Amino acid sequence: MSDWVVKFIFIVVIFALSLFIAMYSTYAERKIAAFLQDRLGPNRAGPFGILQPLADGVKLFFKEEFIPRASDKWLFLMGPGLFICTALMTSAVIPFAPDLMWDGKLISMQATDLNVGILYIFGVVSLGVYGILIGGWASNNKFSLLGAIRAASQNISYELAMGLSIVALIMVTSSLSLKDIVSQQSGWHWNVIYQPLGFLIFIICAFAETNRAPFDLPECETELVGGYHTEYSSMKLGFYLFAEYINMFISSAVLATLYFGGYQFPFISSMDPGIAKTILGAAVMFGKIFFFIFFFMWVRWTLPRFRYDQLMNLGWKILIPLSVINILLTAGFILFKS
Amino acid sequence: MAIIKLTSRIKVMERKPMSFMERIYLPAVFKGMAITLSHLFKKKTTISYPEQKRPMSDVFRGLHILKRDENGAERCTACGLCALACPAEAITMTAAERKAGEQLLYREEKYAAVYEINMLRCIFCGLCEEACPKAAIFLQNDVMAPPSFERGDFIYGKDRLVEPFPQI
Repeated sequence: MSDWVVKFIFIVVIFALSLFIAMYSTYAERKIAAFLQDRLGPNRAGPFGILQPLADGVKLFFKEEFIPRASDKWLFLMGPGLFICTALMTSAVIPFAPDLMWDGKLISMQATDLNVGILYIFGVVSLGVYGILIGGWASNNKFSLLGAIRAASQNISYELAMGLSIVALIMVTSSLSLKDIVSQQSGWHWNVIYQPLGFLIFIICAFAETNRAPFDLPECETELVGGYHTEYSSMKLGFYLFAEYINMFISSAVLATLYFGGYQFPFISSMDPGIAKTILGAAVMFGKIFFFIFFFMWVRWTLPRFRYDQLMNLGWKILIPLSVINILLTAGFILFKS
Repeated sequence: MAIIKLTSRIKVMERKPMSFMERIYLPAVFKGMAITLSHLFKKKTTISYPEQKRPMSDVFRGLHILKRDENGAERCTACGLCALACPAEAITMTAAERKAGEQLLYREEKYAAVYEINMLRCIFCGLCEEACPKAAIFLQNDVMAPPSFERGDFIYGKDRLVEPFPQI
């Protein structure tokens, strides 16, 4: 098999996997929410309700496809598509497993090893807000517009702090390629040990970027009906909700890659690059990802939503100065060590 | 101006500035998350209804039943005391005279030809049960009036109220 066929198969697998994980994240969210509140959660569709996501999907497809007459039709249709598209694009630079030795060739378990992988993720993530902004604006609804404006300002505010926390990380790793960053974290040399403050800032910003509680102000049912997707119905709404879960999966993967050693586990260096190593590495990586997905849900069902001024205060007055201090501290340590 | 105390249990809120640990919020956040995590492993309070049912009290007042006597004859004599006692006016009946050869069907000379309870009006107070001189009507403690989409379904006639013949 030529290289590009392998790559194509890999990309399709990752694509399908993201969708599958996003699908079952909805189920997991409902189950975890229920368990944290001493309930049972969905348990009617199939054993333990594992067919619930399929039932939800079928339901969404059969709902009425409604486009408001006052809306900008093409932008209205484009919003959800753009959102889910950018959500799916981010997984391209994440190394999901160690390289596989097959037929004497090393096959990379990463769609593409960009030498500016982190910048690529940032670029695509900041494109993601266009999906919300366009959808909210095109709906021609006050609530949607407010949700969209909130989403835009929230993402801009928190991207700054996120970028600054990443700067400190890059000073430690001295590489922008995610593959290099992962391979540097062999054994227990996880970046979270060297960058605890950076990790804290990054994870808070990741919550804000994915519009998850306690930063889910763009949706904010209690204030804005449904926020930017008030006017959406059927599978277009499904796309918005689905993309949120894909974003959660991707940001969990990024968190695991940048700070928790990606596919690295303690005795990985003593193994030969074969199928066993790849599968074990992938299992470790997905274990970390699932932990973070659980963490996202755990936080969502614990903390109440921030008020908008609190959100902005936290972003501008606390996180950005903190991440600047983090950069200075990191620089000081590096200078001191050398 | 003197403050008039309406109760001796007044607690005065102290508005002091938050300490550093309180202001960084994270300890409180972790405490909250520990609480929610502990609930993950707690026993669920949900009862999966159609499969599991709550135990009902012995004195629960559910769906009515018109009893038969030991020979299988209907006890009700259509005296109308239950209808009179009913505060919701849910019971209507028409009396009829027992014909010869119906002794096994009806206990007394008079019986209820039509006996209807409107379950939408009924408040399940059990006064009919108390009023009945013949111990004919009872509220069961293990059966409830099932839901329905049709109003007509809630008017229970003798077909659904009378106790089935004892199986011999």
